[in-house]
Amino acid sequence: MPSESEARQIRLPLTADVIVQLRAGDSVRLSGAIYTARDAAHQRLISALEAGQQLPIDLAGSVIYYCGPTPAPSERVIGAAGPTTSSRMDTFAPRLYAAGVQATIGKGQRALQVRQACRKHGCLYLIATGGAGALLSLFITQAQVVGYADLGPEAIRKLTVAEFPVLVGYDAHGGSIFAGDEDLD
Amino acid sequence: MREIQSSQITEVVAELCQCANYELPEDVVEALRRSREAATSQVARTVLDQLLENARLARDEHIPYCQDTGLAVVFVELGQDVHLVGEDIYTAINGGVRQGYEEGYLRPSVVADPLDRATNTGDNTPAIVHLRMVPGEEIKLHLAAKGGGSENMSALWMLTPTDGAEGIVEAIVGRIQEAGGKPCPPLILGVGLGGNFEKAALLAKEALLRPLGQPNDDPQLAELEQRILAAVNATGVGPMGLGGGETALAVHLLSYPCHLASLPVALNVQCHAARHQSVTI
Ligand code: SF4
Repeated sequence: MPSESEARQIRLPLTADVIVQLRAGDSVRLSGAIYTARDAAHQRLISALEAGQQLPIDLAGSVIYYCGPTPAPSERVIGAAGPTTSSRMDTFAPRLYAAGVQATIGKGQRALQVRQACRKHGCLYLIATGGAGALLSLFITQAQVVGYADLGPEAIRKLTVAEFPVLVGYDAHGGSIFAGDEDLD
Repeated sequence: MREIQSSQITEVVAELCQCANYELPEDVVEALRRSREAATSQVARTVLDQLLENARLARDEHIPYCQDTGLAVVFVELGQDVHLVGEDIYTAINGGVRQGYEEGYLRPSVVADPLDRATNTGDNTPAIVHLRMVPGEEIKLHLAAKGGGSENMSALWMLTPTDGAEGIVEAIVGRIQEAGGKPCPPLILGVGLGGNFEKAALLAKEALLRPLGQPNDDPQLAELEQRILAAVNATGVGPMGLGGGETALAVHLLSYPCHLASLPVALNVQCHAARHQSVTI
């Protein structure tokens, strides 16, 4: 991974011309709005999509962060907020990419179908350092529950991030940062 | 005979829950530092630097080390000459977990029903409690705040006795390769050898309580620990599954006699967030 100085600064929302330039392994800093969603929220989003119901967030152009933060004490915006294991959302991810999600953020390898979906829809899978919850929380400047509040830590939150550090895990060309991943095709 | 008030247990457990989540034990920090120096790629160095900085922030700025503040696993060594006054020991421990997680702004990560997952218990109870009677009039409590991501990559095999050490290494290496970056490597691996189905799993978890890197007392088992560690680190999985450094910081093995037809082997995967705390009352 390139050192800090080589990280590419990206303002959200992501655009197709920026996505196409990124390659697996690139170091990126994100600034703008992202949404948290993990297991339970995904199940609800997918059911709502299937049923043609309205969603609590607009998926078009969005970035989904697989994260369930700790409660925020009054003096903080958010508690610890690192990524959870992405593979648990593998069955849902292709559907969400098809519905307009531009990137997901999590940790660890994912099923082949996710890498294929990234290529097919021109999307990204980004990785943040797993377990660095305290550190990553410092790059979050605002947090607000915007959907499924009853899910507590699993509710959908809109986060405003400033230079949030991630690596490109899967790019839009079929590339992967993980050594064991074979070429697509 | 010594009398101990159950409220004392509650207080101590509450403190342990907070302490565990804000202060990564020094032996783990030290192992991460050593691993950082040994890393061979820039990406591995960056990840390990982030983890060291994360540990510092957790302690100094009082932010939980990880957002998964764990399921509370409590090993109790209960002196048989202790008379516990007040609530029963399980209620006392759960009271401590409730208090510790609420006051410490730690995440409630327990659903009441594993299938119908709609209800979060709201206070991270119930804890998983393992109780053992020991001689004496003290109570020793070990608390682990165990994350779900690494626990999910754990495994148990009922091997054939003739599979021997080779079969054990092969099973563990296969599992770690499959897990890749999911359980947040660098890892600490707890291995339970022998006993039976449930004993092996318990040994694997208990092995994680040992000070990091302290070898098994039995030289042969210590050698097996080293063999597993070398094989796991030869996979190239590395920090966060990105290669360029150690996959595991240590392997801790515990063994127990077993049936002549069996070779149970359990692997409890612990992420770098090895949040353990102990206290003696
Ligand atoms: S596996 Fe460990 S470090 Fe990673 S998110 Fe879970 S608790 Fe945190």
